[in-house]
Amino acid sequence: MTPIVKFLWLIPALPLLAAGISSLLSKKQRIPAAALAIGSMVISFFLSCAAFLTTLHSEHGPFREIGKVDWLTFGSTTLQLGWVLDPLTGIMLVMVTFVGLLIFIYSIGYMAHDENFKQFFCFLALFAAAMLGIVIADSLLLLFVSWELVGLASYLLIGFWYHRPSAAAAAKKAFITTRIGDIGLMLGMFWLYSSTGTLLFYDNGNGCLEQAALAKLVGELTVGGMAVSTAISILIFCGAVGKSGQVPLHVWLPDAMEGPTPVSALIHAATMVAAGVFLVARVYPLMSASLTPDITSTALQVVTWVGAITAVFAACIAVAQNDIKRILAYSTVSQLGYMMLGLGVGGVAVGMFHLITHAFFKALLFMGAGSAIHGCSDEQDIRKMGGLRRFMPVTFATYAIGMMALCGVPLFFSGFWSKDEIIASAQHWKISQIPFYLALIGAFLTAFYMTRQISYVFFGKHASEQPSGKKQDRKQEVHKPHESPSVMTMPLVVLAVFAVILGFIGTPAWPWFHAYLSGHPAVVDFSKLAESIGLMTVSAVIVFAAIGLSLAVYLKIATRSDRQVDPLQKAQPAVWTVLANKFFIDELYEATVIRLHRAFATFSDWLDQAVWSGIVAMISHIIVALSWFSRKVDEDLVNGGFDHGCDGLREGSRELSRFENGQIQRYLRTIGVAFVALVLILMWGCK
Amino acid sequence: MPNNIAFYILAALTLCSAIAAMALRNMVHCALCAAGAFAGIALVFLHLDAEFAGLAQILVYVGAVAILVLFAVLLTRGEEIKANIRRASRSWFSGVCASALVFAGIIVPIAYSPGLKHTPAATASAPVQKLGESFVNEYVLPLEVLGLLLTAALLGAVVIAMQDKKEETKSISQPENHPVQKEAVQ
Amino acid sequence: MSAPLLHYVIFSTLLFCIGFAGAVTRRNAILVLIGIELMLNAANLNFIIFWRYGVAPEVLTGVVATIFSIAIAAAEAAVGLALVIAIYKHRKTMQVEKFDTLKG
Repeated sequence: MTPIVKFLWLIPALPLLAAGISSLLSKKQRIPAAALAIGSMVISFFLSCAAFLTTLHSEHGPFREIGKVDWLTFGSTTLQLGWVLDPLTGIMLVMVTFVGLLIFIYSIGYMAHDENFKQFFCFLALFAAAMLGIVIADSLLLLFVSWELVGLASYLLIGFWYHRPSAAAAAKKAFITTRIGDIGLMLGMFWLYSSTGTLLFYDNGNGCLEQAALAKLVGELTVGGMAVSTAISILIFCGAVGKSGQVPLHVWLPDAMEGPTPVSALIHAATMVAAGVFLVARVYPLMSASLTPDITSTALQVVTWVGAITAVFAACIAVAQNDIKRILAYSTVSQLGYMMLGLGVGGVAVGMFHLITHAFFKALLFMGAGSAIHGCSDEQDIRKMGGLRRFMPVTFATYAIGMMALCGVPLFFSGFWSKDEIIASAQHWKISQIPFYLALIGAFLTAFYMTRQISYVFFGKHASEQPSGKKQDRKQEVHKPHESPSVMTMPLVVLAVFAVILGFIGTPAWPWFHAYLSGHPAVVDFSKLAESIGLMTVSAVIVFAAIGLSLAVYLKIATRSDRQVDPLQKAQPAVWTVLANKFFIDELYEATVIRLHRAFATFSDWLDQAVWSGIVAMISHIIVALSWFSRKVDEDLVNGGFDHGCDGLREGSRELSRFENGQIQRYLRTIGVAFVALVLILMWGCK
Repeated sequence: MPNNIAFYILAALTLCSAIAAMALRNMVHCALCAAGAFAGIALVFLHLDAEFAGLAQILVYVGAVAILVLFAVLLTRGEEIKANIRRASRSWFSGVCASALVFAGIIVPIAYSPGLKHTPAATASAPVQKLGESFVNEYVLPLEVLGLLLTAALLGAVVIAMQDKKEETKSISQPENHPVQKEAVQ
Repeated sequence: MSAPLLHYVIFSTLLFCIGFAGAVTRRNAILVLIGIELMLNAANLNFIIFWRYGVAPEVLTGVVATIFSIAIAAAEAAVGLALVIAIYKHRKTMQVEKFDTLKG
């Protein structure tokens, strides 16, 4: 076993240790806490690089090595935990540790004024440990445990400013919504274990993702005539739906923006929400297993449709939002939908490529937004920002790069290449072309709302530059925005660089990423580029059209002082209201699911108080009655009977004692008569 | 034949005096009739060839017991003179019935017993010498015990009947209390 | 001697019953004692009768028993009368019905 694989478990263990130690530190020991977290991430990053390099050398097929350890033994069965190093793991490890490290460094600046600084780094380290645990897990059990830990870390970090009621509510919402998805994951896990007898993915042929198990799962049929593998895949996908914020469990992600911006960047853009996509990629052999290999399996079809719908749904909502982070949140939901779509139509490489590129530019965008918020003294409404490109040039530049990557501006930006792969795969999907069109619509909308956002935030004039004609402006002094410190802008620059260059590992000309994941050598072939030139052009046209339209609408407004009413809102007020209210999904859930739950809780409470308490009270009454009865029996029957018996005896003896009246002559008479009686008895008795 | 008549006459006399002893009002008469009954029984003993027993009967019963009874009667006469006390208790009839029952209870079994068919010996004698010999040889222990018994009885009777000296002096010194003197006073 | 045994027995039994009747009927204590003496005498008479008319009159057991009985009767009469006198001194009454402290 290669040494790195033996020590692969150190990669999540070190941040976990850092989290443990910093939880014991006091509030004032801020620097040690940050140092521990960052230090552990640095070491984990180097180890991940080593692991990645190891996976580059493989003789045939993808590199895959596992390490495992026995965890629990019941009788003859043993639950094993294992970790695996294969290309999927390698690339994810590098991405998570690298982006995580950059965000940790960013947080030093962002959270500098917060008094719970140490706590923040403790939670961040915990999160990093759990996320890395998901990545290296070879066992669905270990993955599930890390999955839940990630959910816990997300809860702690969303509700970091817990004294804000909205933050506490958002944390609860996130946890509960992802939990609903996790039920599916758990059920799928149980079913998988009972069907195949193992939870290890790869176990030298015995794992549940390997040939033998898959053949067994595909062959069995279950409810509704679908194969067991399909059923399990859909259940596992439920977990991904929850964690990655797909429709219908997307409601928690926008509210999760209550947390500090580094949290949003790390967890809700780059890594945790990507965990759902990663899960689907990890169990892809199970998902794609079907008896008809040339048609996409049912499970993957489900994944595709959910992803496609989510992509457009979230993009629509993002158009009508006014909070800078909320726009980015809906953008994340939409991009996650793209990733799922990619996984469904194109396979692991397509989906994962977009995941990797998205991680970088989304983290960049969030951190840039954080920088803007920080510079505007915690203002988050885009209508109140403006003209920031003059005050924060570095932030503006990096933000622009990130925005262009997200929109998919062609050739130089990674988003273009990764999104194009997805669109190309969708076009070649044999089952339906609808996802393809949805993807195109989504691309249009993405470019549209991102341009809107950037116009409002960075272009035009800031409130401090506006002529203050009204009385109230003189009273409120609007502070001039300032550029963030270099500890915050350096990571932005690094991420921007990667947002550009990462695109080149997945171009059709040199499909290195695809080749890496499948273990084949990559071939540089520019002719492939020529094949897809048509599609590339189409998407480029869409993107530029959207950007142009958006600029036309919003750039002039950005310079005006009245930004309250959006032109689209003026044009289509009804549509705008629906979009701004997120299609009223939250209200729908409140009216149905939550009300049902509340009703059930009230019913259970009534049941508990009336019925169960009633039963207990009745039992206690029965017991009291029994005891009263037995006391009565004891007093009247036993005592009374005894007393009566004694009285009877006394009466009887009183009667008897009348014989003893002291009259000796009577005694004598009695003796005489008794003597006669005795004689009679003897005489006639003995005859 | 003459023996039979003697017995029947004796029996009748004895029975009459016994009935008299039990039925008369005057205590002294009763005592005297009792003595008569005892004498009658003694004569029957003699009739039955048990001379020593008969004479012992006369000596003891008639000579001692009857006199003793008489003494007791005389010593306790105070009460009877005063009030007109009824002779018999209220339930005297049940007493008579009881005794009738007893009589029947004794006679009837004996009448049915086969021992009655046994013919008696022609003569019987109880010479005193033989009696004395049997007393001293076979029945020496009962004889000695009897002596002790008589001693004890003597002592006991004296102790029981003896008055306390104080009480005696008190009652004698107060002439009102003395029954005879009281009678004299009245 | 030639009267049948049964007649003798009837005689002694009659005596016994007369004594018994008097003992349980008369109220004076001394008369009760006289009755008891009569009963004893009747019993002695029975002894002599059955000795005479019995199996072996040469064995003098009957007479011996009678002698003993007479002696004991005398002792008993003495003690009994002493008791009666003592009670009379105490209670100043001779009526048997009044001696009821043994009442239960």
